[in-house]
Amino acid sequence: MDVEIGLRVDGEPHRLVVDTRTTLLDAMRERLGITSPKKGCDHGQCGACTVLLDGRRATTCLALAVAHDGAEIVTAAGLADGERLHPIQQALLDHDGLQCGYCTPGQVCSAVGMLAEAEAGWPSHVTADLSGAVELTDEEIAERMSGNLCRCGAYANIVAAIREAVR
Amino acid sequence: MTGLIEPKSIGAPLERLEGHAKVTGTAPYAAEHLAADTAHLHPVQATVARGRITGMDTTAAEALDGVLAVLTPGNAPRLAPGDDPELAVLASDEVAYRGQIIAAAVAETTEIARQAADLVRVSYAELPHDVELRADSAGLYAPEVVNPTYPTDTTEGDPDGALAAAAVTVDRTYTTPMEHNNPMEPHATVALWARDTLTLYESTQWPHGVRDTIARLFGLATDQVRVIAPYVGGGFGSKTIHANTVLAAMGARAVPGRPVSFALTRQQMFSLVGYRTPTIQRIRLGAGADGRLTAIAHDVVEQTARLKEFAEQTAVATRSMYAAPNRRTTHRLAALDVPAPTWMRAPGECPGMFALECAMDEMAIACGLDPIEFRVRNEPEIDPETGLPFSSRNLIRCLREGADRFGWRRRDPTPGVRREDGWLLGTGVAASTFPVFRLPGSAATVRRLAGGRYRVQIDAVDIGTGAWTSLAQIAADALDVPPDAVDLRIGDSALPPGSVAGGSSGTTSWGSAIVDAARTFREKFPDPEEGDEAGGATPDNPDLERFAMHAYGAQFAAVRVHADTGEVRVPRMLGVFAAGRIINPRTARSQFIGGMTMGLSMALHEDSVMDVRFGQVANHDFAGYHIASNADVRSIDAIWIEEEDPHVNPMGSKGIGEIGIVGAAAAVANAAYHATGVRVRDLPLTPEKFLR
Repeated sequence: MDVEIGLRVDGEPHRLVVDTRTTLLDAMRERLGITSPKKGCDHGQCGACTVLLDGRRATTCLALAVAHDGAEIVTAAGLADGERLHPIQQALLDHDGLQCGYCTPGQVCSAVGMLAEAEAGWPSHVTADLSGAVELTDEEIAERMSGNLCRCGAYANIVAAIREAVR
Repeated sequence: MTGLIEPKSIGAPLERLEGHAKVTGTAPYAAEHLAADTAHLHPVQATVARGRITGMDTTAAEALDGVLAVLTPGNAPRLAPGDDPELAVLASDEVAYRGQIIAAAVAETTEIARQAADLVRVSYAELPHDVELRADSAGLYAPEVVNPTYPTDTTEGDPDGALAAAAVTVDRTYTTPMEHNNPMEPHATVALWARDTLTLYESTQWPHGVRDTIARLFGLATDQVRVIAPYVGGGFGSKTIHANTVLAAMGARAVPGRPVSFALTRQQMFSLVGYRTPTIQRIRLGAGADGRLTAIAHDVVEQTARLKEFAEQTAVATRSMYAAPNRRTTHRLAALDVPAPTWMRAPGECPGMFALECAMDEMAIACGLDPIEFRVRNEPEIDPETGLPFSSRNLIRCLREGADRFGWRRRDPTPGVRREDGWLLGTGVAASTFPVFRLPGSAATVRRLAGGRYRVQIDAVDIGTGAWTSLAQIAADALDVPPDAVDLRIGDSALPPGSVAGGSSGTTSWGSAIVDAARTFREKFPDPEEGDEAGGATPDNPDLERFAMHAYGAQFAAVRVHADTGEVRVPRMLGVFAAGRIINPRTARSQFIGGMTMGLSMALHEDSVMDVRFGQVANHDFAGYHIASNADVRSIDAIWIEEEDPHVNPMGSKGIGEIGIVGAAAAVANAAYHATGVRVRDLPLTPEKFLR
């Protein structure tokens, strides 16, 4: 069954017809040609498809497109302002927090979403004080970024990059 | 080797040239080369481990709206006979392993293709299968050689006699499980068959190899096939060429003029693109009372596929590592009804050095020596295997430098005595090594452009290694220009040939070809003008006959093991490497710590669990097959010592893509022993193994 929906991706409005089985990720990649979000597992286990979906980080391989008619999506491509990178992106370059680059757009979106969560005081598994402000220690950053797998093993540099971008 | 080039750009920590495209996600990977009319392919995989297809009903699949073609052994194009049975796709009714491709659907969308594949009805005549590796597996045999061309067995002196006479002996068996490469980008192809030419956007470590293989299988001239791979999302040995690429080309042939996309699912990667064999390794060491090894025996049992042989060279590193006069190594294979194993980051060295370096730790303790001092006492003066001098070997410097930086000298060797908040603490060390490989067949061209710039072309490929940047640096120094004057073109089989991005050989092989082309250019055109062009190739290196060439390293790990739960954590790792000149310190450090992180992952998590009833990996996704996540890694660092080696290549560099994983798991396991007093010899180091 096909359904027409609207999506706003990186500020651009799109109307498209999708199979009701189509994920938000496939709608972007295969229907709209927006390939900044990557497909690494299609099961919400690797985080490569992470975008900011209505302001929060989300794995788009686990979202059906028809369930997100009218959604506002920001990808890693949309976080950059032309040649000027988002501070998280610049920090990843500065710290070489990437190698093959396939998980990287997901890491970028996840980091941006994660910083907003921490700012809002959301605790994580390793937060000792559940009532106070969140201090983004390396342990907090690593814990909160653990939904984004990197097989090249850039984790140490990813944490260093986020630590510096937060500063 | 004649003449190291003068390093100007080499040694500079240049930012990745393609970094901007990667952090924004705009660097196009294979499956992202889509057009409006791209069709999608989904395979049908065998659901038995061994047998014969007796019937295949494609009626319902073909009737589905949006289906363009259903490929079966009955209608697939006949391939030319090749030497790789894994690539004989849809060539017969035989099923050699569960998950083998037996049909495929090509359709307008991915959803329809998958539904159509599900609608194909298959019946089988099943045969009994054996998918379980055991030390006493029936029919263990000695292969002719082990990967790629090493002797299967070696013997020097009288190891049995020396072991019987040794003052101190260690006789232990270590095992490593089946592990899957799992690059983050699943293997993918977009294939277009148009006007007698086949274009493949391919996720590959070797565009030229894919081109040649596909051309041969489909009866095409090599210039009728073009393979394009500007960005590749990791490979770790699994992205050479497998059945999926052949199937994508068949799909494209079925719908000429339309691109066909075939991206594997994560689950399909557990049966279609190779893995590291499980290993069972018996190590026997004999030493005198002075802590000098008198005998080393390393006997390996591992698996291969009945369909196709791959013999991992697990004991090869042991042949050159330590100076025992009596040595033996053997490899025995069980041919099982499984997919073929293949290269996975440091095939041979990685599992083999896990066993050897754990055994060295056990032997150091048995001799009452510090494990670093024990290794120093057994350092060979020449390569024990070939009798050749080493072109450079700085293992001891790595061990000592690491000992200083890690704080090793304050270490109390007593196991199981440091406790903090319920955790047992320990530290461990292990050695790393990897050979300097140089592959033949690369060539490069240099062309002068306007404005004093140079175009440098070679079909190298960057799978995350940093080749885009490091090759530009090499070209810059070879041409004596700044790196931004180099317009590098790689990742396209239309360029001059490049060897595979494997065996940590890329920089040596491609870089040597670039330097050769640049030298030729500068000799030919002392006053170059726009349009001047010269070519070169990877030259022979006569020093290969005169020296043994390896990189070395020392890895240190701090580990804590929870006294009640057995949970293992690794708060700190340090690697010290000696790998010749480092072309780009920024990307090199990432290569080293990336390898170490994968070694940590191997130590703690990775285990492909074979369901022996059905012949498939039961935990075939990231929920079941755990790889290290960010929270597994805390402090991890890599440094290197200055090493001048004029013999390896004109850059003076040794490969660094794999050495980081070698020895890492042993360092962690040795540290876990030091923490707990429990010696775990079977990877991964899961909690139950520490609870007694």
